[in-house]
Amino acid sequence: MSAASPAIEPQMTTGAIVAKTPRPFVLARRTIITPILLSLLMIAIALLTMMTGSRPFNQVIIDVFLRVILVVGLYVFIGNSGVLSFGHIGFTCLGAYVAAWLTINPIMKKMAFSGLPGWLIKAQMPYWEAAIIAAIFAGLAALIFGRILMRLSGIAASIATFAMLAMINTIYSNWETVTGGTSSVVGIPIIRSIWPYLIAAILSIFIAWAHAISRSGLALRAARDEPTAAAASGIDIPRERLVAFVISGAIMGLGGALMAHSIGVVTPDTFYLGLTFITIAMLVVGGMGSLSGGVIGVVFLSALIQTLRWLEAGVSIGDVAFAIPKGLQEIALGIIMIIILALRPAGVFGNREISLTRNRGD
Amino acid sequence: MLQILFDALSLGSLYALGALGIALIFGVMRLVNFAHGDVIAFCVFALLWPSTDAMAIVFAGQLPWYLLVPFVLLCGAGLSVLCEIVVFRRFRNANPATMMIASFALGFVIRYFLLMLFSSRPKSINLLPELSQPIEIFGARLPLLQLITIIATMLILIGLTLFLRRTRFGLEMRAAAENFSMARMLGVRANRVIMGAFALSGALAGAIALIFGVQTGTADIQMGAAIMLMAFIATVIGGLGSLAGAVLAGFLLGAASVIMQVMLPIDARPFRDAFVYGAVILVLLFRPQGLISARGTKERV
Repeated sequence: MSAASPAIEPQMTTGAIVAKTPRPFVLARRTIITPILLSLLMIAIALLTMMTGSRPFNQVIIDVFLRVILVVGLYVFIGNSGVLSFGHIGFTCLGAYVAAWLTINPIMKKMAFSGLPGWLIKAQMPYWEAAIIAAIFAGLAALIFGRILMRLSGIAASIATFAMLAMINTIYSNWETVTGGTSSVVGIPIIRSIWPYLIAAILSIFIAWAHAISRSGLALRAARDEPTAAAASGIDIPRERLVAFVISGAIMGLGGALMAHSIGVVTPDTFYLGLTFITIAMLVVGGMGSLSGGVIGVVFLSALIQTLRWLEAGVSIGDVAFAIPKGLQEIALGIIMIIILALRPAGVFGNREISLTRNRGD
Repeated sequence: MLQILFDALSLGSLYALGALGIALIFGVMRLVNFAHGDVIAFCVFALLWPSTDAMAIVFAGQLPWYLLVPFVLLCGAGLSVLCEIVVFRRFRNANPATMMIASFALGFVIRYFLLMLFSSRPKSINLLPELSQPIEIFGARLPLLQLITIIATMLILIGLTLFLRRTRFGLEMRAAAENFSMARMLGVRANRVIMGAFALSGALAGAIALIFGVQTGTADIQMGAAIMLMAFIATVIGGLGSLAGAVLAGFLLGAASVIMQVMLPIDARPFRDAFVYGAVILVLLFRPQGLISARGTKERV
């Protein structure tokens, strides 16, 4: 059961629904502290970066914000529906290529993507417009795929989403005239300021929160915990899953577009198994059923990765300089992940959310 | 025509062996083992002496074949059992997603351990070169290896069936796959059965490593991953937990890949994998429980 559930208990337990109609927005008011706290965490990280003012660190923090967007996108579907999806990075790939199609200089575009229709070659727009269109495009793709896939559940759904990812990857790796094949697409304008990424991260946190407390989100979580009872109460599970799938697909698309702008280069293989597993791992380590878990999982694992990288590069304490051998970074990361999961199988946060008042987890 | 048949069978054999390794473990502990691919890679590298040069220093690979084969199989089984004891034992009661991520993290550790010792460059290895000679059967020229792959797979499958059907240990394992807690109550020792499953699965990984290593002549850290993904898909289409289903689906996937490679128009050929995965989605839509659904996996309400 999630933290949001106490608020809806009056509706479910009493027979006289009319007599006990809750005040409007009572659930929103009770839970809004969670996205606010998470946003404050994001802003604090951003301010910290501003104060250090170092260039490489800037890039590291941009990566953190990007992963927050992606993991929040994953949470909207995986966390609320309980269905593990390996396919969401496919939507990130779609988003990134939309950003490439819309923002690269038309002259370069004509050479790189000869197969694009003329109006798309001529188009060149600011990055934020392109990012919004990328999100819509990814959402539409999620709608189409979701119509087919959401009938499945459990491990069959996970494999089907993986098959979807592999299909997207194969098509984008081989459709040379439209996507440039496996070679990297260059010339995407690079955005170095951290603020757009911060805003997008906060935006996606609030979208995820709004979805989770919406009628559809609550119905989906009920279906996750008690599928039979939920279906018997008239919840159309495939439909609620589809809603979550489309919203999460759009967030992943947004993340993909911004990711393209953060590095300036896209290849289909950037958006394949490696990214899929690291984002899912962040969500699971943080706590699959919790928005706070996802966000803090990202911050925690990113910090860990960064620390290990520094150790690998070598640190000097006093006169003694020491460095851990190359490759040990990934090994240590894997071992730490295993230890966390062994100690807390439901992730660090489980199903709880952070808030100022103590809330009941399960 | 015969050539296509043999191609399909030998590719299918690899997938079937991989799927079997994953299905065995899933059957007894509901774990989708993502580390399986890395166990395969480990088995190949176990033949080499640690070095970062491009030319591999073949160490154990120079053993005569009657020692080489058991050595690789033991390597796989040993590593797999070690994984069970060190890691998976702590996740017996965790939910499937947690176990899946733990197995992925473990695979990560194995992969980067290999990377540290051997660097990421693919190495050429010369393993049992006499197997690459072509032979002629019914007018088709086939590499001897392909024939051996198919025959070896058949032997392994028959042996495994006999083991599972005729021995007490096999009976216990099948009972555990059907209903784990019931089997425990009736006196099946959980640890022994699970370790047995891991050992078998590891040995299967070793077999794949041998076949694949001889076939491609290279040792690559990534090589396990591709097979593992296909095997994983085969396990699910076959019906998770059903061993016969896993084998059947493995062969079907192999056949589908080879047939599409031949039948598709030239323009569409680079997209072959997309068609294969599309077919996977179609199969899942019509039979979400898999081709042969295992008893006991369906949750009762």
